Amino acid sequence: MIELSHIRKNFGDLQVIDDISLKVNEGSVTALVGPSGGGKSTLLRCINLLEIPTSGTIRLGEAVIEFAPGKKVGWDAVQKIRRQTGMVFQNFQLFPHRTALENVMEGLVTVLKWPREKAEARARELLTKVGMAHKIDAWPSTLSGGQQQRVAIARALAMSPRVLLCDEPTSALDPELATEVVEVLSKLAAEGTTMVIATHDLRLASRVADHAVFLEAGKIVEQGAADRVFGAPEHERTRRFVSSISAAVQSGYGEGI
Amino acid sequence: MPHWLQLMMDSFPTLLWAGVKFTVPLTLLSFAFGLALGLITAVTRLFGPTPLVLIARFYVWVIRGTPLLVQLFVIFYGLPSVGILLDAFPAALIGFTLNIGAYSSEIIRAVIASVPKGQWEAAYSIGMNWRQAMARTILPQAARVAVPPLSNTFISLVKDTSLAAAITVPELFQAAQRIVATTYEPLILYIQAAIIYLALSSVLSALQVRLEKRFSRYGGMLEANR
Repeated sequence: MIELSHIRKNFGDLQVIDDISLKVNEGSVTALVGPSGGGKSTLLRCINLLEIPTSGTIRLGEAVIEFAPGKKVGWDAVQKIRRQTGMVFQNFQLFPHRTALENVMEGLVTVLKWPREKAEARARELLTKVGMAHKIDAWPSTLSGGQQQRVAIARALAMSPRVLLCDEPTSALDPELATEVVEVLSKLAAEGTTMVIATHDLRLASRVADHAVFLEAGKIVEQGAADRVFGAPEHERTRRFVSSISAAVQSGYGEGI
Repeated sequence: MPHWLQLMMDSFPTLLWAGVKFTVPLTLLSFAFGLALGLITAVTRLFGPTPLVLIARFYVWVIRGTPLLVQLFVIFYGLPSVGILLDAFPAALIGFTLNIGAYSSEIIRAVIASVPKGQWEAAYSIGMNWRQAMARTILPQAARVAVPPLSNTFISLVKDTSLAAAITVPELFQAAQRIVATTYEPLILYIQAAIIYLALSSVLSALQVRLEKRFSRYGGMLEANR
């Protein structure tokens, strides 16, 4: 469903993504893992074009864009891709001047031009799904990090994206609050939501993902079934990374590594 | 009744009427137009193409770098030499609007830039275009930060409108001058004018407090968003 071919991304002279090709199937959950600066966030942001790749091709459903240095990408083409994606950010990025309910309604009302009652009904349904029905009228500043992130997930789902992109969704949260978010994401995974998750939280990745991609220095070092990559990594580099994190984290979210 | 009190009571209606008829409209209109001009200038400087950015910077540079009184004289007394004849009130309105536009554009530019980049990304990620993101996500948050500095500008403007007296606008200060010319009581009349200016700007300060309260209901930009 998502197909990235030969994606490169340069920031000035710095090459952050170096010729990555990747497929994501409908209904699958892909974890992009690896050390900081390895390119996982950038690759994720290339999928919904918050970063425009320097070169390569992105296919998402019916929409295809080919990128080349110096080639301008039109807004309509960007929107065709972006409207099929939802994004969850590391720092939540809720709109602070809108309540939880209004945050979830915002895209439906502003972008899809839904009538307010219909948008509100949908937003209530989604907030219930992420366990935030009791905080519908709360301002984001009064919510805990885990609660904010769950509202952010509902906001991303409101637009009925074909794929949910999560950029380090638990990294700004302490382990207890992260658990709430992991619970919600694994519930979505069980319902067949297609997701791509950039994370260095192996507990999240092993709990939710069925496919894992290990990235370092802008390249794919290893990929495969999540159990296999985390359980029996083939490459020495992946093995070191997995064991260093497993050693640091003794207790898991329930189902450990 | 002492003489000074009698004089104050006699002249008060005249001064107040001059204030209501000229000072207040001049202030409100030039602030409204000036804010619109400031917003356009700020957005141009942040997001516009280079030639327009240069024009916007030139405008701010000239207005901020020259005295307001001189600007008013150029517009009212100078422009007729090139065939542009303006009445005193429109001339003052143009002068003050240009002035507010330049000063407020710097404030607006700063507060727009102060909204974290992640808020743009969040808006884009739910499918908004630039205009929607600006109108619904960025400006409402920027407006909150802008209230204190823009209130400063507004309150300065009320007092600066007294400069319009110099280009024959019969506003509050000029009304006081006229009465002084016949009564020879500068101390009483000018203090009275000062009191009315003080009352006007106090109303605005109170308005600022109310606006700040209203904006603070949501608790500000989130720390985590920074």
